[in-house]
Amino acid sequence: MSQQIIFFILAAITLTSAIAVVTMRNLFHAALALMVSFLGVAGIYVLLEAGFMGMAQLLVYIGAISILIIFAVMMTRRMMQTRETPFNAQTLAALVGTLITMAILFVVIGRLYPLAPTTEIPLGAAPQVDPAIIGSSIDQLGRAFVGANAYVLPFEVASVLLLAALVGSIIIAWPRSGEEDNL
Amino acid sequence: MNMIIDLLKSLISLSLGDFIRRNFGTGPGTELLIDIGGVVILSTFCLLIVIFLIWLTRKLVARMQDRIGPNRVGGRYGLLQTVADVVKLLSKELIHPSGADWLSYNAAPILTVMAALLVWAVMPFAPGVIGVDLNIGVFYIMAISSISVVVLLLAGWGSNNKYALLGAFRAVAQMVSYEVPMMLALLVPVILARTMSTKGIIDAQNLPFILFAPVSALIFYISTLAETGRTPFDLLEAESEIVAGFHIEYGGMKFGMFFLAEFVNTLFWSGMFVTLYLGGYRIFGLENWVGGDGYPYGRLIGLIAFFAKTFFMYFVYDWIRGTLPRVRVDQILNFNWKFMVPLSLVLIFFVALVDKFIPDTAGTVTRMAIHLTLNLVIAAATLEFLRRRGRQFRQEMSGGDGPGGRETLYPDDHGHGAAHEAPAHSDHGDMPLGGREPIAVPLH
Amino acid sequence: MIPLSWYLLLSAALFSVGLFGVLARRNAIAVLMGVELMLNAVNINLIAFWRYLTPDRSVGLAWAVFVLTVAAAEAAAGLALIISVYRNRDSVDVEELDTLKN
Repeated sequence: MSQQIIFFILAAITLTSAIAVVTMRNLFHAALALMVSFLGVAGIYVLLEAGFMGMAQLLVYIGAISILIIFAVMMTRRMMQTRETPFNAQTLAALVGTLITMAILFVVIGRLYPLAPTTEIPLGAAPQVDPAIIGSSIDQLGRAFVGANAYVLPFEVASVLLLAALVGSIIIAWPRSGEEDNL
Repeated sequence: MNMIIDLLKSLISLSLGDFIRRNFGTGPGTELLIDIGGVVILSTFCLLIVIFLIWLTRKLVARMQDRIGPNRVGGRYGLLQTVADVVKLLSKELIHPSGADWLSYNAAPILTVMAALLVWAVMPFAPGVIGVDLNIGVFYIMAISSISVVVLLLAGWGSNNKYALLGAFRAVAQMVSYEVPMMLALLVPVILARTMSTKGIIDAQNLPFILFAPVSALIFYISTLAETGRTPFDLLEAESEIVAGFHIEYGGMKFGMFFLAEFVNTLFWSGMFVTLYLGGYRIFGLENWVGGDGYPYGRLIGLIAFFAKTFFMYFVYDWIRGTLPRVRVDQILNFNWKFMVPLSLVLIFFVALVDKFIPDTAGTVTRMAIHLTLNLVIAAATLEFLRRRGRQFRQEMSGGDGPGGRETLYPDDHGHGAAHEAPAHSDHGDMPLGGREPIAVPLH
Repeated sequence: MIPLSWYLLLSAALFSVGLFGVLARRNAIAVLMGVELMLNAVNINLIAFWRYLTPDRSVGLAWAVFVLTVAAAEAAAGLALIISVYRNRDSVDVEELDTLKN
């Protein structure tokens, strides 16, 4: 019961701030709303007993990506940007398309998985697992990342990807001689 | 009557939670009550200890600067000086700068204090006295610290002030940069203890980890100096620099909140250093002493030991503050990316490698000896490397062997172009150290 | 006592909101924010399935960590591109960046 209340609160926070992100005119406020929705998602991870993922979400999304977005917002400001509408020419089509997508997804999910909380049907409630298994999930994750018959290759490729993104971003965003930022 | 004696003994042995559970059952209501009570006690402690910490800092730094410090309010030692300061801050006008973003401007001080208090949940004060024993305790601390970076941007942007924004950018750059070596240095006790839980790290320290990994402790300490914005990295808020940085437009209690958050943060990192490297509340096993009547009185001993060590580390923070001058922002960032990050990467690489090769049957002292040797080897290699670089730099600066050295006696085509024109003997009347061309400073 | 479908519905709703942001916003950075919302929705999905179907294996958790990593790399590269475009054309309005149009 208390879990359901917490879920509703977190879902409300996440969805409200997500809607605020996509409708706000002031980009800085939109970035702040994005941070709040990331917080909501981190709460959902903790509710799903994936605490490591929740902390990683806080660390990476709020502590790094949000700051990147705010810096980019500040570097690409124009004088009159807050007077125009935030939506482009295909907004109506986008709205219709999004609503149809959401309706289709809801119908599919409703048909495939039970909607009422119950412990009889599997997937009606979280399976009762031994807390030791959840507690050792980080240990297992660590071993999976370096295990030879597990995910060591994607792990190494991810580090190469991050290196490529790092070097590439710096080179792309390097100001050429004579250019200045309007910070 | 018995209950009162029970209560007193539970208070002394820091086992109030058990007392409540014994007398009021163990339903979810009592657990909630215990949790809320713990939160209230912890937050109140953090907020009240700042009063003592500010007075302590002012007195210590004053004595180091050969003056006396506060000595008027509250007796000869100025004990109530902080209270007077708080009253002053509370009575100031709450400014609303024109054009300021109301939400960002007002939310920033609140969020700073919130982030500073949230991390205390995983600080182990005594065996069994910890907010919540997360099995990812260290990771939780890193996540919350990275949130406090965002708050700086809120403060800088919300003030609608060029200098606040610039100060916020510099502060964010410094804090984000120093998170990298801090995380890498934090991983070393995690590797040595095989767990991320703070309580687990303390339990694994039969010998304090500072004996295992002194280089990592040093890197961690320097990084926390930069994270909290303490001297020598206090460029962010120095009055002589960018006019108090990101909190220019904050007056009164809002500034007081930033100030408070800095002190709470400093005490937290002192406590974290003690937990990770100095053995936390451990004091030769005395903290596990259970009295004859079943109350764990050892917890009080552990608490006292923990606070003694923490306040010693806090004293070291203030010692550094009173001793070292401020560093320039580009020197700060250079130091981080060109020295600390490579050093901490090398350190963690070798620590992990060596730790894997130590057989499981080796005792604690053997392990400590091997790790200490590794750290000393890395430190010696680093110092030698720095020494060579320093020598190279000095030679470039002075054109080979210093003034009046070999260069002027046996000039050859080295460096600054005019050396071969200087005569071999000195007959430069007005230039005592030899007539040399102005030195071309190597730009780097 | 939360059925799996509730998490999936939340994830679908968040995904749709992000999709709307990508399709309907003018500023390129706002489009990127929509992309981040979509990636978060996918992550919720992955973690929910991990918890309900295979909590003893690390597949879902590892996959979610990789999605997080790729999202971070892509956000950095995308923002660098946006800043570069701004420097060249003085605009990040997607309505004005139409040199590939007939």
